[in-house]
Amino acid sequence: MNQTTAHPAHLQHHFTDAHQQAESAKLGLWIFLLTEVLLFGGLFCFYAIYRSWNPDMFHNAHAFLNVWMGATNTVVLIVSSLTMALAIRSMQLGRRKHTIVFLSGTVFLACVFMVIKYFEYSHKIHLGQLPGKWYFFEGIAGTNPHIFFSAYFLMTGLHGFHVLGGIAVITWLIIKTSRGSFSPEYYTPIEMTGLYWHLVDLIWIFLFPLFYLIG
Amino acid sequence: MEHTIPEKHYLNEATGWKSWLMTLDHKRIGILYMIMVMFSFFLGGVFALLLRWELISPDKILMGPEMYNQAFSLHGIIMIFLFIIPSIPAILGNFVMPLMIGAKDVAFPRLNLASWYIYVIGFCFAVYALFTGGIDTGWTFYTPYSNETTTAVIPILTAAFVLGFSSIFTGLNFIVTIHKLRAPGMTWFQLPLFVWAIYATALIQVLATPVLGITLALLMLERVVGIGIFDPAMGGDPVLFQHFFWFYSHPAVYIMILPGMGIISELIATFSHRRIFGYKFIAFSSLGIAFTGFLVWGHHMFVSGQSDLAAVIFSFLTFFVGIPSGIKILNWMATMYKGSISLDTPMLWALSFLILFSIGGFTGIVLGTLSIDVHLHDTYFVVSHFHYVMVGGTVMAIFGGLHYWWPKIWGRMYNETLARIAVVLIFVGFNVTFFVQFIMGTQGMPRRYYTYLPQFQGMHGFSSIGALIMGVGFLLIGIYLIHAIFKGKPAGPNPWRALTMEWETPSPPRAGNFEGAQRLTHGPYDYDKVVPENALKQYKTL
Ligand SMILES: [Cu+2]
Repeated sequence: MNQTTAHPAHLQHHFTDAHQQAESAKLGLWIFLLTEVLLFGGLFCFYAIYRSWNPDMFHNAHAFLNVWMGATNTVVLIVSSLTMALAIRSMQLGRRKHTIVFLSGTVFLACVFMVIKYFEYSHKIHLGQLPGKWYFFEGIAGTNPHIFFSAYFLMTGLHGFHVLGGIAVITWLIIKTSRGSFSPEYYTPIEMTGLYWHLVDLIWIFLFPLFYLIG
Repeated sequence: MEHTIPEKHYLNEATGWKSWLMTLDHKRIGILYMIMVMFSFFLGGVFALLLRWELISPDKILMGPEMYNQAFSLHGIIMIFLFIIPSIPAILGNFVMPLMIGAKDVAFPRLNLASWYIYVIGFCFAVYALFTGGIDTGWTFYTPYSNETTTAVIPILTAAFVLGFSSIFTGLNFIVTIHKLRAPGMTWFQLPLFVWAIYATALIQVLATPVLGITLALLMLERVVGIGIFDPAMGGDPVLFQHFFWFYSHPAVYIMILPGMGIISELIATFSHRRIFGYKFIAFSSLGIAFTGFLVWGHHMFVSGQSDLAAVIFSFLTFFVGIPSGIKILNWMATMYKGSISLDTPMLWALSFLILFSIGGFTGIVLGTLSIDVHLHDTYFVVSHFHYVMVGGTVMAIFGGLHYWWPKIWGRMYNETLARIAVVLIFVGFNVTFFVQFIMGTQGMPRRYYTYLPQFQGMHGFSSIGALIMGVGFLLIGIYLIHAIFKGKPAGPNPWRALTMEWETPSPPRAGNFEGAQRLTHGPYDYDKVVPENALKQYKTL
């Protein structure tokens, strides 16, 4: 048996073949995504409970979020999911240059998202629309409006950390791709990062209406 | 027959401390875990003995009330988060599970090593908390007290948070390993029952632990930043913390007990030399326990002011957990019935488990009954029930498993006589310690109290004697097990004549586990078809 064909460089010794390795990696990533959903699940619970207790306050407080910035960010993230999917497709077809372009596009859009978030956050901090005991804004009717901003900063903040994590990983993918580590036969890391990125996108798609579009 | 230790095995194929700290071999990682986890068990045990010492008298002997609060908190936190949750999966699951399914390693060896380092980081935070003000919240960190006490809450929460990630990564690794790395031809129903139990455990680890993570993070933010979520003064709800906490921590008690049940299945089959009775029932009851475990957390909160309807439903659902556990017990009994039982040390641990866990399980039903729980809530009855399940159940299983696989792990056998004496000491000591606590509980002795009424003097003293007996027993085990590593008689590949795949390797196994691809030749419990010998892959067919 020819060792080099049986065990290409990216295949670890305890797997019998590349297929088994790729399948394992994918299953592992799906389970990881499940833990992410449960992590955010705790916060969604937090949101649901306090909104059901203070429906009017939540409604009054949400009016102080900028719907246009939120909507722009939603579009930005959806487009970034598209560029991520295109990056995977390009690698499947062996077009390394296109992969790099699309990955860079994804990083760029993620940065746009964070910049917009930065402006939103700094405006809120300036006005004192802050979580918990830091809250000093006056002008939101209802009991304990600081709870709304606790939920807002926690959930969008945790989501923001996931965006930053995505930026780091995708940047690493760009470097690996330009070094020729991936091929149409082996691109599992790109595919898996894609799945992660779609989840980050999906969570925002829930956060946006829950905070910005309370009817 | 005289056996020898093979010339090359996983313990000596690479040498130097670096070969251990950078190892990707699941067997070595299992041993790294064993060192840390057993050290934690020792620490938690020292706190237990100090507590029992103090409780000999209602007056001060060793420590004042504040110290006492710290001691029981640390006993709980160390035993739960550092010892019992990681114990079986991380030590024996790591070492044995890949061997049992004929795999060369777990699916993600680097993640496996990372889990250990994360565990060590968590351990360091816990020790740091111990030396910087301690912790007096109990292992449950209930708000609002945990938000107000001046002790080192943040370091200990960080410790539990970090340890949670270690647990998640181990669970994730095991699920993928069991799905994807089974030997060719090994179907789900040819898996040893220990593997099923580890699988069910891993599911809970992955599904419940993230919720603990976010809960502890929220509590830290509450303390540091003051986000108001659990603080009633700011419109928050302290009971919400209890809901979040028990949503993890009830399933977590199944993280603690399920792998123990897996070990017991192996021990009972091996030492009864009989095909396990009701294989599928045992396998699926593990999943059943894992599932129902997510629906009963409210039984910890019957007196917290949750709605009466919720309390009734939680009480009712709690009874359902008894069904899969009962199924297991009955199937184990049926396996032993008319088996040719040999009473080697691991089997003695298994029998202890059956008796003690049954008592623990039945008293769990008592506590799950809403009306009775209102009376027994926060008494020694709860303490005793919990210890019957966790020590009488899980710890018996851990030591059963350690004694069972010790010859596989180190290639050498321990002193059987001392080992049997130790089981008896632990069994007797355990019952002396905890049985009276049921009685004290029904008479109204509240848990976590530094002092007590004179009427409890006798029973508290009796209980403390039991703790001392157990302490001596565990010390003895430590001594002869460590002695066996260096001086024990070579055990041979299959000293118990078992049929699961880990016994098809030499003891200790090679670094890559199996030469070439492992093939399945018989089922894990085919004792009615073949008789194994204590030699490599030698069987007599019946
Ligand atoms: Cu419970």
